[in-house]
Amino acid sequence: MAPETHYLMVSLVLFLVGCVGVLARRNLLVVLMGIELMLNAANLAFAAFSRSRLLVDGEIVVFFVIAVAAAEAAVGLAIVVALYRKKETVNLDRFNVLHQ
Amino acid sequence: MEGALLWILIFPLIGFAVNGLAAAAAARLRRELPLRFTAFVACAGPTLSFLLALDLFRRFLGEEPEHRLLVQEVFRWIGSGDLSVHLRLLADPLSLAMVLVVAGVGGVIHFYSAGYMAHDKGHARYFAFLNLFLFFMLLLVLGDSLLTLFVGWEGVGLCSYLLIGFWFEDTEKARAGKKAFIVNRIGDFGFLLGMLLLASSLARLGGGATLAIGEIAARVHELPRGVIEGAALLLFIGATGKSAQIPLYIWLPDAMAGPTPVSALIHAATMVTAGVYMIARMSFLYELAPAASAVVLLVGAATALFAATIAVTQTDIKKVLAYSTVSQLGYMMIGVGAGAFAAGIFHVFTHAFFKACLFLGAGSVIHAVSGEQDIRKMGGLFRKMPRTGWTFLIATAAIAGFPPLSGFFSKDEILFRAFSGTSAALSWAPKAAWVLGTLAAVLTAFYMFRLFFLVFAGGEGEKTRGAHESPPLFTVPLVILAAGAALAGFLGVPAALGGGNRFEHWLAPVFESAHHGKGYASAHASHGTELVLMALAVAIAVFGTSAAHAFYVRNQELPARLAGRFPAVYRTVRDKFYVDEIYYVLVVHPIHVVSRRVLFRIVDVRIVDGLVNLAGHLARGFSYMLRFAQSGHAQTYAFVLLAALAVLLWKVL
Repeated sequence: MAPETHYLMVSLVLFLVGCVGVLARRNLLVVLMGIELMLNAANLAFAAFSRSRLLVDGEIVVFFVIAVAAAEAAVGLAIVVALYRKKETVNLDRFNVLHQ
Repeated sequence: MEGALLWILIFPLIGFAVNGLAAAAAARLRRELPLRFTAFVACAGPTLSFLLALDLFRRFLGEEPEHRLLVQEVFRWIGSGDLSVHLRLLADPLSLAMVLVVAGVGGVIHFYSAGYMAHDKGHARYFAFLNLFLFFMLLLVLGDSLLTLFVGWEGVGLCSYLLIGFWFEDTEKARAGKKAFIVNRIGDFGFLLGMLLLASSLARLGGGATLAIGEIAARVHELPRGVIEGAALLLFIGATGKSAQIPLYIWLPDAMAGPTPVSALIHAATMVTAGVYMIARMSFLYELAPAASAVVLLVGAATALFAATIAVTQTDIKKVLAYSTVSQLGYMMIGVGAGAFAAGIFHVFTHAFFKACLFLGAGSVIHAVSGEQDIRKMGGLFRKMPRTGWTFLIATAAIAGFPPLSGFFSKDEILFRAFSGTSAALSWAPKAAWVLGTLAAVLTAFYMFRLFFLVFAGGEGEKTRGAHESPPLFTVPLVILAAGAALAGFLGVPAALGGGNRFEHWLAPVFESAHHGKGYASAHASHGTELVLMALAVAIAVFGTSAAHAFYVRNQELPARLAGRFPAVYRTVRDKFYVDEIYYVLVVHPIHVVSRRVLFRIVDVRIVDGLVNLAGHLARGFSYMLRFAQSGHAQTYAFVLLAALAVLLWKVL
């Protein structure tokens, strides 16, 4: 049985990959995927803690997060599709309309 | 009884407010106020003030001389540290005499204005200003502290600007108003400095700063000699501005641009006498300042003669009178400079009558010849306008010094005091003033009768054909003033002629404290000297008049021949010694050049604008950097958010 820290290391790596994906990539879809990665990193940490402490709370949170992430993906993808129809691109740099 | 003082002051102010507000409302409604209303409101103010003052005068007569004093506290105006200034009104024989002149003669001029301004569209505005003028003049006279006096002093300056430039559509007239205002401002600066010097020196001595004249009088002996002389000189600079003395007299002849009753009001009863009044009010100071008094004396004498020479060659009826006013003010300054304060004020008093009469007479003439002011185009008006003619003749004789008219007594008193006076600072000054004053008296008789003969005597002038007598609204004030000009002198018949000089006795309590300082006892030299001087004065008046008669009635080509003989002299005098031009070259032009070249191009454009623009550039530069932060890129924002979060976490943990 791997110790708790290993799970946490994997969680951290996943989170950072997701984070960089959100901050650095210009493709809106990849950014959304980065967000999913970060959510899953959090889920992994919750599950790991839940397991090592023998508490069920963490796993309940994981279910909630999965549900929220599913909803978010549905709404996010709808928005992406709408944006794409407007601008014919998914490049984030073109979506700085707030600036104007 | 105390309340009366405030009401004397307030009645003209009410007139100003009513007429001013009504005029503003009428302008909004595009209506015109009826003349009957504005004139009634305007005349009511001074009339009521005059009646109240008269009542006060009657009560004063019933009191012992040393009890003729009334003080009314209106409110505490300034209380700062150890300085406390109250708005207090003070009536004593001096201020009451001035109030009677200001409200009395001023009131007559108001009535006259009702006729004179009848056809002017701006009569509501005119009467409002006239009332305001009177209010400030009364405040000046009644104020018990230098500061209150100064408020009135500035107020009459403002009103003179408003009234001289009354017909402001005419640039020339607007400019004359501006000139009066600016020249006066220079003098006022001196006044202000003198006032501050007195207050700060007294504060340094301990016992607190004060601007109340009574307190200054009580403590003036503690002040060092230099401060007294300096303050007296600085205050006199203020007086040269208001009372049109050399070198600040230049505004007064230009002040003729205003309506004629305004000229009468400014010249006779109010503004120009303010300087003389102020020096008389500060008599205790001038008694202790022999050098400053000598300056007052000499400047007054020089002004009297200088202005009289200019008056001889003027051809505008009002300009002649204007220079005559400057000259007469010089006499008043001789009086107060020689320490004969009562004599100076007496001349203020008599001058108010005859000069107001002359100006209003001139107004009546100008009215009759449809606006012409050149006396060379007039003539033969005496038969057509007998009432104007007679009153003008009486006033002319009074100013020329014919006994027993008022001008004879007051001018003679001044010259006698100068002749017999002494000066601790400049021993020759009083005698010199007497010589200059006597020469000016010859010229006064000459130029005044020149004016009279040219306008009223001889054949018909080119502009006088259709002239006829003015309506009673003109002539009744003229008759009242002429009566004053003829009879006012009897209040001041000197002892040498068996009179009691009641005017001087009336003022005595005010100047008594002043006379404790230095002895002017020599003023009562001898009746013999005084009688000789009087005979001389009469001879002078007769000589001046007959000279004028010879020049302008008998040998009418004589003036032109004389002018042809000495063309340079004639031209110099006619052009007023080029004083305005000299001022232009020495003062106005350099100021223009410095303003345009240095103040505008360097100080304003480079420094002031530069600083303002620098502030703008700084703000813009700073915002230029911040602009990058607002890119609208959601990722940049997210990065900033995360970075901030990371920093926070790192700091906290």
